[in-house]
Amino acid sequence: MSSLRMTAGWWASAKVTLAAFAIALLIGAVLIAFSDEDVVETLPNLFTYPGDFFVAAADAIGSSYWAMLKGSLGSWHAIASTLERSAPLICAGLGVTFAFRAGLFNIGAQGQMTIAALIGGYVAFAWQLPAGLHLLCALVACLIGGALWGGVAGVLKAQAGAHEVITTIMLNYVAASVLLYALSKDAFQRPGSDNALSPQPLDTARFPSIGGVHLGVLLALLAAVLVWWVLDRSTLGFELRAVGANPNAARTAGMSTTVVYTVAMVIAGALAGLAAAMNVLGEGNALSPTLVGSIGFDAITVALLGRASPVGTVLAGLLFGAMSVGGVAMQASVGTPKELTAVIQALIVLFVAAPTFVKALMRFKDQGGGTTLLAKGWGA
Amino acid sequence: MRRITKISAVLSAGLFSLAATACTSDGGDTASEGENSDFKACMVSDSGGFDDKSFNETSLAGQDAAEEDLGIETATVESAGDSEYANNIAQLVEQGCDHITTVGFLLGDATLASAQENTDLSYAIVDFAYADDQGNNTAPDNLKGLTYATDQPAFLAGYLAAGMTESDKVGTLGGQNIPTVTIFMEGFRRGVDQYNQDNGTKVQVLGWNGKSGSFTDDFEDKTKAQAIGEQLIGQGADIIMPVAGPSGLGALQAAKDAGVKGIWVDSDGYESTEFGDILLTSVVKGMDVSVEQAITDSVNDEYDNEIYLGTLENEGVGLADYHDFEDQVPDELKDKIDELRQQIIDGELTTS
Repeated sequence: MSSLRMTAGWWASAKVTLAAFAIALLIGAVLIAFSDEDVVETLPNLFTYPGDFFVAAADAIGSSYWAMLKGSLGSWHAIASTLERSAPLICAGLGVTFAFRAGLFNIGAQGQMTIAALIGGYVAFAWQLPAGLHLLCALVACLIGGALWGGVAGVLKAQAGAHEVITTIMLNYVAASVLLYALSKDAFQRPGSDNALSPQPLDTARFPSIGGVHLGVLLALLAAVLVWWVLDRSTLGFELRAVGANPNAARTAGMSTTVVYTVAMVIAGALAGLAAAMNVLGEGNALSPTLVGSIGFDAITVALLGRASPVGTVLAGLLFGAMSVGGVAMQASVGTPKELTAVIQALIVLFVAAPTFVKALMRFKDQGGGTTLLAKGWGA
Repeated sequence: MRRITKISAVLSAGLFSLAATACTSDGGDTASEGENSDFKACMVSDSGGFDDKSFNETSLAGQDAAEEDLGIETATVESAGDSEYANNIAQLVEQGCDHITTVGFLLGDATLASAQENTDLSYAIVDFAYADDQGNNTAPDNLKGLTYATDQPAFLAGYLAAGMTESDKVGTLGGQNIPTVTIFMEGFRRGVDQYNQDNGTKVQVLGWNGKSGSFTDDFEDKTKAQAIGEQLIGQGADIIMPVAGPSGLGALQAAKDAGVKGIWVDSDGYESTEFGDILLTSVVKGMDVSVEQAITDSVNDEYDNEIYLGTLENEGVGLADYHDFEDQVPDELKDKIDELRQQIIDGELTTS
């Protein structure tokens, strides 16, 4: 049902997203201008020499955005960084998307990634196995870790009716504490050190890399195809979407909501686990309290921006990855604060979530496509 | 004792090199002011960010000072999570940085990898050193570990707190049970013990027993440190020392609300926080000084990978002034603390 509506309003919804992007960049430009020292210096003379102000502002905005573009796409190395940064966002975003289509608002990608990284990371640094087999074991361990943590929320929802928003948020805290506890034990620390930092994953457990990009990135794209196939082409996906659209009707039609909720969260968790694998087995990061960063939460934004569709999630993940890498380049070369990229990202999502506002602002005719699935998960 | 000999070795080596520059750079000093503008020093923060009123901020102050003193170019990048470190350092390499400072042990792996790859750049890492099981330096030639014996000034702070408490209970709390945090708490505890030995008192330390204690497990969230601070004060502590970065400000708030005193760490809290009026003193960790020194060495082509250890002796760490409490701290206590400071410098007293 939703896919039908989405095909009909495909262009309209893409237009809203692009417009949201443009407005966010515009507001970002204003912020860049007024946070730039050279621009601020011209302000006292704004009315006598308005030219100075505009030249300085254009310079600040132009050099910042140019640095961001160049830093994220300007060289093969930049593109490689963007792909590697996008991969975990895409995977975790797919996890959020998948649960979303079953009507579940999965806030728990962070916790699922944390547990996945903990289990997968342990296998990666502590086990001694031949290359290939080791990678496979570590990867499976990541998937199991994520699936396990997602599954807990699924079972609680299916069997006890506990709201998944509450349980996944709480499970995030539990996961963070479990990680901290593990890192306080010798088994997870480097020999001879008491720092909360594990040994690095062994090379035998790392994704091989070609041209500076680890092959986990391919796996992330494969996962997107798989999620698309399951959602749009399989019986499970049909049941999932049916339950997501109206659980009561689905139940009357003979579908088991308990099975659907549990399976949806297990798969969502496994996808978050795959995101953790990008981190640990792809980039080769050691376990630490800040390993996951904010990827699990950014994933929610990515999924929302991608309108809970696999293709959209991949595109949104790439965009956020590029902005994140470009933001660093912007900070390193021009000195524009990196927080600005976070502001722009947040603004994009804000505008995407308020399509009526964007349409009014851009004077689009209402052609549908604006009413997104975004607010739906809450009611389910 | 062993540490002291090592320090003096480092020091004398430093003095020699200083003397050497003094000889060679005769008259060249003024000319080099402008020449340094082609030197670029850069810094990567950990996830605390450069506004943490603590170690990232203090480290950046060192780079800023170098910018001013040496006329060099600088750039900075803030990190949000572990997966960013490698890319952030790579970005700075790409920006043409000649010297890169990374802040915190979490950046250890990424810094080492980058240093091995770019042997023509110099690197320094704050709060971390590369060592094998025997404690030998394993860093490559272009990578310097900057470490700090903060137990030394913390010991003095503990002695001071024990001398100033009226409830015979003092407290401390940490951000996380990791060596760079607990070294403060352990020094503090030993300082209190020393006071008890010297004076036959029974001042208790709450929040740290030498192995475990009160931790916020968070360096950002002020409410957590505030809650623990309130607990410690509830148990009778009338001086508390939070070692939890910006989170620790919450504990100072708790102290202020309850009308008790605090001790700040890393920077002089009298200047860096809004709680100067309740701060007895601060345990200062001079990351700015050592970061600037490393940059200066790199500019002057005198870089080595010798691990730097900040001590009371080389003033890489220290106890801040008493500020508002100058008149309230008894002169005997002040003298005793100065005496202990000298004993630590002379190696007659060990603090860890």
